[in-house]
Amino acid sequence: MASGKVTFRQERCKGCNLCVSVCPAKIIFLDEDNTNIKGYHPATVTEMDKCIGCANCARICPDSIITVERN
Amino acid sequence: MAKELWKGNEAIAEAAIRAGCRCYFGYPITPQSEIPEYMSLHMPKVGGIFLQSESEVAAINMVYGASGAGARVMTSSSSPGVSLKQEGISYICSAELPAVIVNVMRGGPGLGTIQPAQGDYFQATRGGGHGDYRVIVFAPANIQEVVDLMQDSFELADKYRMPVMMIMDGMIGQMMEPVEWKKPAVKLEDLPAKPWATTGTKGMRAPNVINSLFIDPNASNDHNMRLHAKYQHIIANEQRYETAETEDAELIFVAFGTPARLARAAARLLEEEGIKAGVFRPITIWPYPYDALYEAAAQDSVKAVVTVEMNTGQMIDDVRIAVRGCKPVSFVGQAGGRVPTPQEVAAAARLALGR
Amino acid sequence: MAIVYQKSKGLTDVEFHYCPGCTHGIVHKLVAETLEELNILDNAVGVAPVGCSVFAYNYFNCDMQGAAHGRAPAVATGIKRVLPEHVVFTYQGDGDLAAIGTAEIVHAAMRGEKFTTIFINNAIYGMTGGQMAPTTLVGQRATTAPLGREREHYGSPIRMSEMLATIDGAAYIERVTVTTPANIIKAKRAIKKAFQLQIEGKGFTMIEVLSTCPTNWGLTPVEALEWVKEKMGPFFPLGVFRDITAEEAK
Repeated sequence: MASGKVTFRQERCKGCNLCVSVCPAKIIFLDEDNTNIKGYHPATVTEMDKCIGCANCARICPDSIITVERN
Repeated sequence: MAKELWKGNEAIAEAAIRAGCRCYFGYPITPQSEIPEYMSLHMPKVGGIFLQSESEVAAINMVYGASGAGARVMTSSSSPGVSLKQEGISYICSAELPAVIVNVMRGGPGLGTIQPAQGDYFQATRGGGHGDYRVIVFAPANIQEVVDLMQDSFELADKYRMPVMMIMDGMIGQMMEPVEWKKPAVKLEDLPAKPWATTGTKGMRAPNVINSLFIDPNASNDHNMRLHAKYQHIIANEQRYETAETEDAELIFVAFGTPARLARAAARLLEEEGIKAGVFRPITIWPYPYDALYEAAAQDSVKAVVTVEMNTGQMIDDVRIAVRGCKPVSFVGQAGGRVPTPQEVAAAARLALGR
Repeated sequence: MAIVYQKSKGLTDVEFHYCPGCTHGIVHKLVAETLEELNILDNAVGVAPVGCSVFAYNYFNCDMQGAAHGRAPAVATGIKRVLPEHVVFTYQGDGDLAAIGTAEIVHAAMRGEKFTTIFINNAIYGMTGGQMAPTTLVGQRATTAPLGREREHYGSPIRMSEMLATIDGAAYIERVTVTTPANIIKAKRAIKKAFQLQIEGKGFTMIEVLSTCPTNWGLTPVEALEWVKEKMGPFFPLGVFRDITAEEAK
């Protein structure tokens, strides 16, 4: 299976959860230990090794804050 | 150059084409429909664009888009149609786009009449749309003047990036007069560049934005103040008027457009009775030539000022502002399509002089 | 590793003002990606509407004009007639296009104006605070229909794509949505096709996008996507309503 990597421009995240809802690997979550300048808990991934690089999250992100890389 | 006989509305259209206008959007309405008709036939011959829109609202917004894209563009209509254009005129003023708008006025209010009138003076000079804005307004009194002012209209529109309106009563649109084409036709390649226009970045510059939204209160205030400064500059530099026999006159008629011609006829009637009457004719009704009119009215010889209008008294407000109470100001006019006669105008002058 | 997805160069770096989860952002992105991929950013002129997307001129990385409410098709007509070789598009919501600007869009389609309209249908007036739109569903609550839209009072919603598809000047009309990654890919394909047909001079093209308004619907962004599928979908079916190329191929 392809391996991927996602990076979030967290200061621009609005915590809408759409990326979370479409991640097939279910690895994206809103980081409640973190709050960005807008006051939202930004989307994040800790188990990056499970990312398949499908780009579902980036495709649905309304604020274009996600960059996806893949092997 | 030899004079040619032209119908007013057709002369307007031809003059615009000669002034480099290559884009016309409009909707038919009496008594100006010969303008779009003429444009539909002749604009394509010079590679220009004629488009009959679905409404005056659409037409003025097409003007907005075309002007923003860098074209020399105009629209025309008559009173009820110009009411519909007011929204667009407000936006065009705020977005600072050049355009020429012709109003061949008919009687109102409402559907009114198709006969000539001057009931849109307030609309033209006070801004019929929302917000603090002004448009330069020319009020030609004959077809020759319409033709002469057309090129100036487009030039001023470009210079100040704002609409220039030309208003005339339906009489001027419908009558025929000899016209001399005094100025050579404008060459498009001589027109100044418009680096602000949305013509595609071509990868050479940051995107251009044409817009009238300034949501930040400070930005909105700054924008309005900048427009205000522009309007003040225009007030100081662009007033035009004509006087006839006003020096040492006993009475001064003030009139724009066709009534100025009637006032001249009335002055001649009064002259036969030994009354010296002059005519002060603003050519720009915005900016209004207040100081020049004051100087004429303040002469010791002047006993009364009479405005002659084809409405129920609109310009009289500006005349009162100009005269500043130094002389009595009265009104004579007919509205709703009737044109005052020189005899009626002369009678009003006698009344004003207490004779 | 290679980048497989990143923010389009068709967007400026200005942050969107949209509410969290609003699908305007997704559609902006699809338009921007299309302009970038077709290599027409340098040559494009967009027209922003009045409504939630009033600031669209700040977001698209190309020349833009802001139009009066509903007048974007007239403004775009003026632009395209002056610049026939340029790519022109309008971006309009349902209040703009289906209410105050109905005449302008119908007549632009009738004339076969060669620009592309992106029509955002979210069944509500977003910017002004959740008032009823012409596309508000019967029974759907709005701040000017507090008990829900009543058919007897306001009639049934208007289906703009179906209506405009009856007009000869329209070259391509499709209704899409952006509720899933798969639907987003389909929406992008539709938008791209519309721009391509514009470039080929085929006529007026419009892509209607069923969109969300989580804020005024009173739903979370994820619930709002479900609402599009469940409530809007049956009344506003997805699909191609007019495709001049398919007719030409026959």
